[in-house]
Amino acid sequence: MILLMNANPLDAYQALWEGAFGTKNAVADTLVKATPLLLVGIGICISFRGGVVNIGGEGQMIAGGLAAVAIGLQYKEADPTTVIIACLVGSFIAGALWGGIAGVLKAYFNVNEILSTIMLNQIAAFGMMYLVRSEFIDPRQKGRAAPIPETERLPRSLDLPRIGGTLDDLYDFLGLSSADANQWGTTLLHNGIVIAFVLAIVVYILLWRTTIGYRIRAVGKNPRASRYAGIKVKRYVVLSLLLSGGFAGLAGGIQLLGVRHRMNAEGGAIAFTGNAGFNGIVAALFGGLHPLGTIPASILFGALLVGGNKLQRSVQVPSALITALIGLVIIFVVASDVFVRRRSRRRVAVATSEASAETAGVRASL
Amino acid sequence: MIENLLTASVLASGIRLATPYLYAAIGETFGQRSGVLNLGVEGVMLMGAFTSLWAVHEITPVGATSYYAPALLAGVLVALLVGLLMGLATAVINVTLQAQQGISGIGIYLFGLGMSDLLFQKVFRGQVITVNGFPKVNIPVLSDLPVLGEVFFRQNLLVYLAFALVPATWFVLNKTTLGLNIRAVGQNPEAADAMGISVTRVRYFTVTLGGMLASLAGASLSISLVNVFQQNMTAGQGFIAVALVYFGAWQARGVMFGALLFSLVNALQLQVRTKGIDVPDEAASMAPYLLTIIALIFASRRIDQPAALTKPFERGE
Amino acid sequence: MKKLALLLTIVLVAAIAVPAFTAPVQAQDKLRVAVVTPSTKSDLAFSQSIYDALIAVQEERGEENFEFVLSENMFVVEDAATALRDYASQGYDLVIAHGSQYGSSLLDIAPDFPDTAFAWGTTVDTYQDQGITNVYAYEARSEEGAFVQGVMAALLSESKVVGIIGPIETGDAKLYVDGFKAGVLWQDPEIEVLVNYIQSFSDLALAAAAAEAMLAEGADVLSGSAQMVPGAVNKAKEAGALWFGTQSNQTTLSPEIVVSSQVYNWVDVLNAIIADVEAGEINGVSFALTLENDGLLIEFNEDFELDEDVQEAAEEVMQAIIDGDISFEVDEEGVLTVVEAEAE
Repeated sequence: MILLMNANPLDAYQALWEGAFGTKNAVADTLVKATPLLLVGIGICISFRGGVVNIGGEGQMIAGGLAAVAIGLQYKEADPTTVIIACLVGSFIAGALWGGIAGVLKAYFNVNEILSTIMLNQIAAFGMMYLVRSEFIDPRQKGRAAPIPETERLPRSLDLPRIGGTLDDLYDFLGLSSADANQWGTTLLHNGIVIAFVLAIVVYILLWRTTIGYRIRAVGKNPRASRYAGIKVKRYVVLSLLLSGGFAGLAGGIQLLGVRHRMNAEGGAIAFTGNAGFNGIVAALFGGLHPLGTIPASILFGALLVGGNKLQRSVQVPSALITALIGLVIIFVVASDVFVRRRSRRRVAVATSEASAETAGVRASL
Repeated sequence: MIENLLTASVLASGIRLATPYLYAAIGETFGQRSGVLNLGVEGVMLMGAFTSLWAVHEITPVGATSYYAPALLAGVLVALLVGLLMGLATAVINVTLQAQQGISGIGIYLFGLGMSDLLFQKVFRGQVITVNGFPKVNIPVLSDLPVLGEVFFRQNLLVYLAFALVPATWFVLNKTTLGLNIRAVGQNPEAADAMGISVTRVRYFTVTLGGMLASLAGASLSISLVNVFQQNMTAGQGFIAVALVYFGAWQARGVMFGALLFSLVNALQLQVRTKGIDVPDEAASMAPYLLTIIALIFASRRIDQPAALTKPFERGE
Repeated sequence: MKKLALLLTIVLVAAIAVPAFTAPVQAQDKLRVAVVTPSTKSDLAFSQSIYDALIAVQEERGEENFEFVLSENMFVVEDAATALRDYASQGYDLVIAHGSQYGSSLLDIAPDFPDTAFAWGTTVDTYQDQGITNVYAYEARSEEGAFVQGVMAALLSESKVVGIIGPIETGDAKLYVDGFKAGVLWQDPEIEVLVNYIQSFSDLALAAAAAEAMLAEGADVLSGSAQMVPGAVNKAKEAGALWFGTQSNQTTLSPEIVVSSQVYNWVDVLNAIIADVEAGEINGVSFALTLENDGLLIEFNEDFELDEDVQEAAEEVMQAIIDGDISFEVDEEGVLTVVEAEAE
């Protein structure tokens, strides 16, 4: 396909790799991209395990982002650390409420959650556009001939701290630091990824080491048996969507404090979410609906997205090609899974050669 | 007031807007009834939208000022063919390779989104071009009826066909052996298999049919509703169509009500604003999405989804 | 987990298969410009307007002296920011963020690359008040051309109903809609002007339905701003209504009914910024496209037989705007008013 567009495939692959992992900046970009995917993804792990399909990540992220920007702008003068925490907690709650609506609708009104979350995504987007254009608009934009529909930028003191400096110190300590300018300190890597990693572990513990988690999974596996066992199924359906929405909301909050620092209505929802509400589902499914598996899955998926954009820049292939390629990669990975499963069932222990054969197949068809 | 808003032309416009949803959602209904979820509808729609417009553009004589029937026929056939291919591919991925349907659907969506745009840039250098699409066909006598005539009987062929699919789907699903098999495969594939029904064959049929209808949904946009193609022109309609399948509780009639409700409210909110009635634009735009949910709360029926939905089937050895 | 391993293998193999050579360092003697646009460079609207201008500048200067790259479809702002930063670090002389949603990112990026010139629009914000001196801003006073087209629309409308379709009520789309409406009413206060912001930049079917609603109300002249208008143009054509375009020349959409288009011509803005870059005097000023500085061009459709009186009236109004006899003010609430200079 790349050949079709008159570009050298080798250059293309190199650009993809370099763009995702080639420099410290690239690695930082990849991790920043992976952060919301991971947060949405661990939420998806909870809801899918609980037997609820949450396609509302986009709307929940927006709810979270709005909450964070509202809280941040309200308390500009207060102690930054407290406000940051308040923003993040607020974004979690906002996302949880938005997801909870779908939960209540499903549990008590029998409204299918796939339908309600798809609709709620749009409703959140329109709500955001309205608020950002009217109530929340940056005073700077008022009275301008062509006002930009955006909120004020949050004060820099509320930017999520970067972790680059800490990493450089660590490198120094290990004697690994190099003299070149390409240090972690100059990258945009923020603490959100750390929060996401920690929460992934927390969700793992929640799902597999607590009664609540056990019940969520029981309801997902077999609601009828769960009801028979005395579990209040409806409550757990709502809880799954509350938690799932909460993590997506937090993804929105972290995206706002770590990357965007303001909401902007231009370009609609996707301009803010970057489709992480959907892509997080893919990451979670690739990670086997396991919070810890979702960590590497979201990093790889983030790499694919970041590398893809880099590919567009360096080889000047159309962005459409990248989109189609990412679609193909997803299809091939998910479709070839069956061979892996079948083969492992037959206990043929040559998984590596199998995987590389598959890879060759993918490469040939690209 | 209300008669000013709910005019015949608004109703007619709502019916037109419902067409793509109807095709896509009915196609998806077939797939889901047999136990296969396809989230990639949007991608197939885009492919259908582009290829059908391409065919119409190629075949219509240069300089033609009105529609050219062979070109339109070719457009529909090409859309069906592309839908057939994408549907078959979907079936291979979901049925034979037993891919996780949530992910594979998103893969198909992204592929269609990118590929349709890529072709668009290759073929037309990304230039937006217009074609002469399906003309309105006034049905004799009926089209002269007051109000009803404009609403129902002065539409184009693709609109009529979409609504004709509703009773046809009901008939196939509920009154034929094929329909019985589809439902059996969706409810209990093991039992169906034991009865000698080929689960694989049934699912290939429904998923491929779903692909063809999704592609036709795209064509109904590009060569009947708006007569142009643009990158990502479906703007999320494929996902709404999937949602409408749940709204309609896997029944063609319910799907039609959902599509009509959503589209009529959409046409109505446009009319409200055209009339200069002072509501925030965003609130008006929200209305169809909100009302679809609210309607379902009140119309809530205890109908469970096909038991084997999203579950791949593998014959025990 | 297996799936994950597979995904990992694909990425790894892709990387290993690539010989590890780095791209040769680019010769630095030519001017290099990078642009990031929200939609595609052929959208017949905002993104295309900058692409066309870059092509024009390249033709003027010759390919050996002027090179540009473009990242299109960057509707995700975070990705756009990454692209902007990447271009700046690759040493591009001028990095253009062609979308008002990108400003916030420039605010963070520009201070890190003081020797690179940045530009963004449409806005007037150069962030000078925040101590940043290398960010240019540009905007289009699209109400000017819109007003002219509105005057024509009023003269051409027989039903005395005119409709305008917009995406969301902000930015240059709002200016265009307000200016068009003002022009219509200035010419003929009796005319009914229908306005509809459909809240989408991409939904063609919705734009078409909005046009249908207006046509059903009796509108016989339509206009609209942003990428989704082709859906509306076709409905206008079917109903025999006329169309006025904006941002790029939309005549090709439907040569039968497009009267004229207001075209954003960024060439002079680009040349001015480039001159600064070449002189080493990056000063971050703000530009506005107006009719006076030829940044806004009313391009008439030559295939459309426009009544000479209408064309004359349009040219008169255009001249009045250029001379400052007609000007526009926007107040705190965003309401646009037409200011006419006292006749001497």
